[in-house]
Amino acid sequence: MLIKQLSVFLENKTGRLTEITGILDEHGIDISTFSIADSTDFGMLRMITDDPCRAENILKEKGFAVKTTDVVRLAVPHSPGGLHGALRTLSDNGIAIDYMYAYAAGENAVVVIRSDAPERVMEILRRHGHRFPEPGEND
Amino acid sequence: MIWNQHIECMERERMRSLQGERLQEMVERIYHNVPFYRRKLQDEGIEPADVRTIDDLRRLPFTTKQDLRDNYPFGLFAVPQQDIVRLHASSGTTGKPTVVGYTHHDILMWSEVVARSLAMAGVTRSDIIQVAYGYGLFTGGLGLHYGAEKVGASVIPISGGNTKKQLQLMQDFGSTVLACTPSYASFLGEAIREAGMDSSDLHLRAGIFGAEPWTEEMRAEIEGLLGIKAYDIYGLSEVIGPGVSMECSSQRGMHIFEDHFIPEIIDPDTCEVLPYGDLGELVFTPVTKEALPLMRYRTRDLTRLHATACDCGRTLVRMEKCVGRSDDMLIIRGVNVFPSQVESVLLEMNETKPHYLIVVDRENNLDTLEIRVEVEDQFFSDEVGELEALQERIKHNIQSTLGISARIRLVEPRTIERSAGKAQRVIDNRTP
Repeated sequence: MLIKQLSVFLENKTGRLTEITGILDEHGIDISTFSIADSTDFGMLRMITDDPCRAENILKEKGFAVKTTDVVRLAVPHSPGGLHGALRTLSDNGIAIDYMYAYAAGENAVVVIRSDAPERVMEILRRHGHRFPEPGEND
Repeated sequence: MIWNQHIECMERERMRSLQGERLQEMVERIYHNVPFYRRKLQDEGIEPADVRTIDDLRRLPFTTKQDLRDNYPFGLFAVPQQDIVRLHASSGTTGKPTVVGYTHHDILMWSEVVARSLAMAGVTRSDIIQVAYGYGLFTGGLGLHYGAEKVGASVIPISGGNTKKQLQLMQDFGSTVLACTPSYASFLGEAIREAGMDSSDLHLRAGIFGAEPWTEEMRAEIEGLLGIKAYDIYGLSEVIGPGVSMECSSQRGMHIFEDHFIPEIIDPDTCEVLPYGDLGELVFTPVTKEALPLMRYRTRDLTRLHATACDCGRTLVRMEKCVGRSDDMLIIRGVNVFPSQVESVLLEMNETKPHYLIVVDRENNLDTLEIRVEVEDQFFSDEVGELEALQERIKHNIQSTLGISARIRLVEPRTIERSAGKAQRVIDNRTP
């Protein structure tokens, strides 16, 4: 299913990430997964939270540059070939992935996929019988 | 509207002869009342009687900021302390501040030139003017204040800072004119946008901005944010404060009130007087000032003068926006760099805002230039590659404008300090 991912621009400075986790903790917002991309001077924190709308407002208020993007959240079997099947479907259908990250949760692994056509990714995966976690499932 | 038609539209030859008379009187006064000037003139073998017309001005010695420091605090005053009714002082970044004094008559003259300036922006007694320049030792606040009262406008003496209150009064009182530094105007514009308001919620129609260099791009941005016409006012405390020159509605440079402040452009190296149209250092002789009449004061500001007719009907000489103060000029790897150049690059790009900080340092005997630029919410991409491409574009544009390469560092929004007064744009860590 399509979900909202939050991206936060961070300068490479000690303590910046802790500041964000602290703010989210203070407001009772749960992070289910995240990744950090970095360059020499700055980093990009991308994360999935249980309340993206509130998290965005809070962080913006604190002066962070925050952006929301649509990403696909997909469940794949936590076994050999599980991820491969999903990726194969996408590449066979000519979908380019901008970036992705994942976490294992019990029998499944959950993959967060960003591409420039998230709706199309959803439709292709659904057509090929892939499964999307229900809200709350595998959080 | 022209406040003082007689002076502002005076025929050029008559203006020159008026300047000559006033110069003669001034030289006479300082020769007798300021020991520093008597010595200087005697060293050059000049007697007051040798000064007959304005053409004799170029023979007189210069005054520099260092002379003011050496005679700190009152050494260059030409009247006894009892006649001084006001003191202002600059926020000297190094050492002692520069002190300037005013007699009652000086304050009246200052109010007159600021009234002329305000009239150029169409300000009348029907206006409500919010003076958000700092009040205090800085000349901006009180200078605008007295001029605005002379015009008869309703003055809100709010001074700088306290942005929330600025917006509240602007809205509740229906301010029609805003006077402050251009960087604070742009800051207020942003604050208005953030408060979910836009210019149609306000009654502002004109802005009078000065005390720091700003670019045409910044003018367009401020005009857009605040829904006003933005006018440039120029001044420096050593000469009087704001109101030395001001833009008329034709906006073809700033008319200098040269019946009081005689301008010259000189070559900063040879000190030779340059003709109209040539770029050089601006020099002023405030001939009518009683308390602190400086002889050929070197401003360090680089600009050009033009004496051709202006559409507004005024005959006063016009000065271009200053390219930079020769004090602000950085020499990096042998190249002259002005902060205003960096600002125009950022404003021209449409994907960056002029919130920047220039950091100059020296590593292994080589100057390094780093420009920090804030990431903007509306232009920000969550892809590292795109942000790196933006860094490259800024780098490329800076290189082609300045002629030297710079390291570009994107920083988080609102981490570069905003100021209610003059913005700090440069950190130079090189040891002199």
